[in-house]
Amino acid sequence: MYAYDEIDRTLVNERVSEFRDQVKRRLSGELTEDEFKILRLQNGVYLQLHAYMFRVAIPYGTLATNQLRALAHVARKYDRGYGHFTTRQNIQFNWIKLAELPDALEDLAKVGIHAMQTSGNNMRNVTSDQWAGVAPGEIEDPRIWSELIRQHTTLHPEFSFLPRKFKIAITASDHDRAAIKIHDIGLRLIKNEKGETGFEVLVGGGLGRTPFIAKTIKHFVHGRDILSYIEAILRVYNQYGRRDNIYKARIKILVHELGIEKFSREVEAEWQHIRNSSLQIDDEVIEDIRSRFTYPAYEKLPHMPDELRQAAADPDFEAWRKNSVAPHKVPGYSIVTISLKPTGGPPGDATAEQMDALADLADKFSFGEIRVGHEQNLALPHVAKRDLPALWKALDKLGLATPNVNLITDIIACPGLDYCSLANARSIPIAQELTRRFANHELANLIGRLHINISGCINACGHHHVGHIGILGVEKNGEEVYQITIGGRADENAALGTLIGPGVKFDEVADVIEDIVEAYLALRERPEELFMDTVKRLGVEPFKERVYATR
Amino acid sequence: MPLVKGGKITDDSFAKLAVDTPLPEGGDILVPAERFIGEADALLNRSGKVGVIWPNSRDISELVPYLGRIAAVALVFPTFRDGRAYSQARLLRERYNYRGELRATGQILRDQFVFMLRAGFDSFEVKKQADAEAFMQTAKRYSVFYQPTGDGRITALHRRMQLRHSEGVGT
Repeated sequence: MYAYDEIDRTLVNERVSEFRDQVKRRLSGELTEDEFKILRLQNGVYLQLHAYMFRVAIPYGTLATNQLRALAHVARKYDRGYGHFTTRQNIQFNWIKLAELPDALEDLAKVGIHAMQTSGNNMRNVTSDQWAGVAPGEIEDPRIWSELIRQHTTLHPEFSFLPRKFKIAITASDHDRAAIKIHDIGLRLIKNEKGETGFEVLVGGGLGRTPFIAKTIKHFVHGRDILSYIEAILRVYNQYGRRDNIYKARIKILVHELGIEKFSREVEAEWQHIRNSSLQIDDEVIEDIRSRFTYPAYEKLPHMPDELRQAAADPDFEAWRKNSVAPHKVPGYSIVTISLKPTGGPPGDATAEQMDALADLADKFSFGEIRVGHEQNLALPHVAKRDLPALWKALDKLGLATPNVNLITDIIACPGLDYCSLANARSIPIAQELTRRFANHELANLIGRLHINISGCINACGHHHVGHIGILGVEKNGEEVYQITIGGRADENAALGTLIGPGVKFDEVADVIEDIVEAYLALRERPEELFMDTVKRLGVEPFKERVYATR
Repeated sequence: MPLVKGGKITDDSFAKLAVDTPLPEGGDILVPAERFIGEADALLNRSGKVGVIWPNSRDISELVPYLGRIAAVALVFPTFRDGRAYSQARLLRERYNYRGELRATGQILRDQFVFMLRAGFDSFEVKKQADAEAFMQTAKRYSVFYQPTGDGRITALHRRMQLRHSEGVGT
C-alpha cells in the first residue's frame, strides 16, 4: 500500500476546496454550463441521461480497506447504495447530486482518494496490473513507477488541456494484465543488459472509432529518464495533436498520420532538450516513494495446508478455486479474484454492503488490501492458502463467489443506454442475458477461457475490439443493432477482432453468441485449444457460416 | 477586459494593432505575428515598446531572434480548453530564456491562473471582472506542486528530500 504523506493530503484538500468554489460559482450562475463542463470533467463529473455521474480514481487499482469503506459510504450517503467498477480502475456512482459532490469529495479526501482527472482531456488515472507486487516472476513492483507518474501527471501545468484524453498503463509481467497496448502510452517495465530498470515505451494505442494497437516508440528508456520521456511525448502531442475534430484528436491519430518513425524523431528531438533537466529522477526519490509502499509480513506457510486438502472434496469449492485463485509469489499464499459478474447482474457493480463486507474480509484475510482490475473484478492479493475455504464461504454468503473468472460469463460491459448519454444501444441487458444463457458452470468450464466485451456505442468503453468475442451496439434506423467481432485480445499479443458479418438485432445477440460457441466446441482440435486459438487457426469463415447459414 | 499584471488589475499600456492599422508615432503596441515578422525592423526602431500576439498554431521558435528586443509576447487561448499556449509559454521561458512580459489572452478564467503562472505567464487579460478581482486569492490556492517548471516553485518530490535530510540531521 502507498501511504499519502502530508504533502499529498494537502494537494487533495486544496483540490476539493477549489472544486467546492467551482460548484458554488456554477450554482450561482457565475459560471456558464459550457465553462463549468470542462472544470467538472477534470474532477470526474459527467452529465448522464438521468443524473450526474461521478468517477473516482483508484490509482493502479490498489485500495486499502478504509478506502473501500469510504467508497461504500459515498454509495450509501450520496448515491443509491451501489457503485460500478470500470475498465480503468475507477469506480463510478450514477446518481449523485451536484450540490453534494464537494461533500462526497471531502469524505473521500479523508482517506486519500480523489477524482482528479478521471475524465476530461487530460492525463487520466494511471493504471497497472491488479496483481502488481504479488504476481510471480514480476520484474519489480510497477506501482512504485505508477505512483511516480501519478504524481507527475496530477494537475500538470502544461498538459491539463490536451487535444483529447490521455491514458497511461504500466505492466511489469510477461503476461500483460494492464492492457498496455490499447493505451495512449503503454509502459513495460524491463531490465537492460546491465540490470538497470527501465521501460519499453509504446505509444498510440486506443479503441474508440478508429482502433489502434500501440507501437513501440523506444525499446529502452532508463527509469531515471521516464518522466522526461513522457513529457516529451506529451509536448509533441499537445502542440501537434489535432483539435479540429474530436474523433481525430487522440494521439493514436497523430502517430498514424505522421508514422511512428517521424513521430519518434519529433519526440527524440524534444527529449534531448529536457532529459538532463530537473525531470531526471535520482535513486533517492525512487527510494522515497518505494519506502511509502508497505508490504505484508508474510508467514512461512505450507504450500498445501490441511484446510485446503479437506475442502478439495467439495466440488463447489473446487469449481471456485480453479477459476478464482492464482499463484502468489510467496509460497503458502494466493491471489483471489472476486467476480463482480453474478448471473443476471450488471458487470462490475458492487453494493455498499458488499464493499463493507469485503473490506472486513480483506482485513481478516488479505492484510487489509484490495485490488481492482480492468476486467471489472476485484481481488484480494495476499490470502493464506489455509484461509481459502473460510474466505470462499464468506464470499459465497455475499454473492461474491460466482465461479466464472475468465469464463464466458466474466463479461466486460460499458453502462450503455441504460445510463450513458453517448450510447446508441443497451449493453447491460445483453450481458445479463448472456450470463443467464451460460449460467451452467459445467458448460462454461467446458468452453474454457473466453472473454466477451460489450460496448453500447463506437466510443468502445466496453473494449469490444479486444474481446475474444466483441459486441458493439449501434443505432440503425431507430433500432439497436449489434455488430459481432471475434479474435480480439487485450494482452501482450493484443489484436483487434474481425467482424463476422452484418449486425443482428437485440433479441438475436444471445442466440448468435451461442452459435459461435457451439461452432467453436465442434471445431476445436482438443479441449485445451482455447477459443482464441481456434479462431487464430481457422479464421472467421467457419464461424460466419455457422451464424448466418440460418439467418 | 481587465488586465492583471504583477498580481493587480492595471491599465494596459499596450495598444493592439490590427494587420492594417497605421503605425502610431509613439506608445506601446501589440502587433499580430504576421505583421511583426514582416516589419520587424521598422517596428523595433520606433520609440514605444513592441509586443507580439503569437497564435497557438505557429512555431514559437520563429520568435527567438527577436526575443531580446521585444517587450511582450501575448499568447492566445481561443477557448480555455485549447492548451497549446501552455507549451509555447514554457518553451519561451525555459528553453529560450525570454524574460519580458508573457501575457495570456483569449478565454481566461480564474481556474487557469495557477497553471498559467506555473507555465511562466505574468500578465492576464481576464474575461470576467470577478475573476480578475479574485486573482491574488486564486493564485495562492495551491501550495503543493508535483512538477518542476521554470517558475522555480519547489516540487513535492524535492520537498520530501529536504524533509528527509533535515530529519536525518536531527536523529
